[in-house]
Amino acid sequence: MASTTPEQALQIGAQPKRQFRYRLAGRFLREPSAVFAGVVLAVLVLAAVAAPLLAPYNPNATDLRARNIPPAWQRAGSSAHWLGTDPVGRDILSRIIYGARVSLSVGLIVTALAAMIGVLVGLLAGYYEGWIDEVVMRLADLFLAFPFILLAITIIAVLGSGLTNLILVLVITGWVQYARLVRGLVYSIKRNQYVEAALVAGAVDRRVILRHILPNTLAPVVVLATLQVAFVLLTESALNFLGLGVNPTIPTWGSMVNEGRLYIYNAWWVITFPGVAIMLAVLSINMLGDWLRDVFDPTLRVV
Amino acid sequence: MTRYIIRRLLYSIIVLFGVTLLVFFTLRLSGDPVQLLLREGNPTPEDIEALREALRLDRPLYQQYFSFIGNAVTGDFGKSLRYKTPAFNEVMSRMPATITLAVAAYLFALLVAIPTGILSAVRRGGFTDFASRLVSLAGLSIPSFWLGLMLILVFGVKLKWLPVSGRGEGFAGRLEALVLPAVSLGMIYAGTLTRLLRSSMLEVLNTDYIRTARSKGLQERLVLTRHALRNALIPVVTLAGLQIGFLLGGAVVIEVVFSWPGVGRLVVDSINNRDYPVVQAAVTILAVVLIASSLIVDILYSVIDPRIRYS
Repeated sequence: MASTTPEQALQIGAQPKRQFRYRLAGRFLREPSAVFAGVVLAVLVLAAVAAPLLAPYNPNATDLRARNIPPAWQRAGSSAHWLGTDPVGRDILSRIIYGARVSLSVGLIVTALAAMIGVLVGLLAGYYEGWIDEVVMRLADLFLAFPFILLAITIIAVLGSGLTNLILVLVITGWVQYARLVRGLVYSIKRNQYVEAALVAGAVDRRVILRHILPNTLAPVVVLATLQVAFVLLTESALNFLGLGVNPTIPTWGSMVNEGRLYIYNAWWVITFPGVAIMLAVLSINMLGDWLRDVFDPTLRVV
Repeated sequence: MTRYIIRRLLYSIIVLFGVTLLVFFTLRLSGDPVQLLLREGNPTPEDIEALREALRLDRPLYQQYFSFIGNAVTGDFGKSLRYKTPAFNEVMSRMPATITLAVAAYLFALLVAIPTGILSAVRRGGFTDFASRLVSLAGLSIPSFWLGLMLILVFGVKLKWLPVSGRGEGFAGRLEALVLPAVSLGMIYAGTLTRLLRSSMLEVLNTDYIRTARSKGLQERLVLTRHALRNALIPVVTLAGLQIGFLLGGAVVIEVVFSWPGVGRLVVDSINNRDYPVVQAAVTILAVVLIASSLIVDILYSVIDPRIRYS
């Protein structure tokens, strides 16, 4: 009776983890905003991945006989173009579907790169303190002192526009937040006894940082990263709106709004729908970030 | 306190130094100003050399940087390549428009955030709370340039109530012209501020001194305004320093949408025209404004809330 096989012991050990996963799924499904966010993001990811299959038209195909056609439900609309066409006759729905590619990939790539750099810098600054810390924090002050978009504009003006430079600018300005966050966390984590114990046991710095400190910083970093995706998306679309983003032949939500600006008096749909796409994307990411924060750290919950 | 201010001042100077370094070198990397100046016509190599000497661009880069700093301190950023007027004057003549816009946007944000934040915290979990949380989340998620265009579409194009571009004429005209840009810019901060105020209000309402104030029979209105709000506003003041930067940055995009004759639009136009003296002047001056105002906010903050200890 008293004896349990090793397999059983393993199962017992595994139980809390599985329960946590189920509970996580349960919490997700009980939160309407999280479900909404999840559905919207799934649709956007699908649109980005399968754009050539889903888009009814080539996003860059102009058709001068079909300029400024209103959306299908309007009197002058046509079911050939659900969301209408732009001033040179391109299908707006197709362009929005393709636009998801730029927005989502820029959002994810920038966030991943900025988080990696920022976390690494933050770990080093927080762990070693001293001059590394001083340099990093003054650099962070410098970046924070500068209006973000102005910095981005200045750098783009120098480097020229394009996808790589857009990503570069957003990473250059984006790592700071992670560095500050992680540095602060490391400051308190490294004073824990288990860190001391690891050092006494003879662990080298690298091992202490990677095995004992890093895992404890991850939850806040994931929350920050999620919310940063939303911020990156907004900035990316603003830069594309200003004509400082990617190559103009690539459809983006920001540049679509810009191209429709002059036709605001007779073709409201050209600027409206891409903006709705940006808003839905950012809104869902924010909702997901809020939800993650509540799950990871209930003490931060804005009750 | 004095030590803190001195330290803070020193940091500000270091940051400002960094900003000028960044601005000077990034812009210089982007191309030869002489080539840009002589874009038109067909300059001979002698012409180019002559101009390079006249502009003293033949000196080593670090010397040019120090003379740039030396001149910048006296407000001399060189002449605008486009307008042929001093770049400093170009920027300063647009500064009032930008500051008006930023201040109006911030006021709008406060006007929305304070009542919504309080109501949301007091009637927590109710419909008001739900609605205000939804609106503040939307405020955080709408791109400001698009909100601006949507407002133009509704109030300018369809209803024809408000002007959609420029600064307007006369006092009433100026006020009317300010509404849409200020609302578009202010909406984002209204979202952030409402969230912040709601959570800090909730925290304050749980404290003992609020319970004391209520139990001694003080009117709820007085409890909320005199006791709770005052303390709940502290994080809002803290954030104000950081928000100046966001406001000035956001103004760039809004100024383009509304053809608002401010510094932000000047920067975007100057970049498109490769008018680098103006870009240098504008970015440096904006950074000075920003650093100075966040310094002032931080010092004021330490005066308002003596509990803050600076090490």
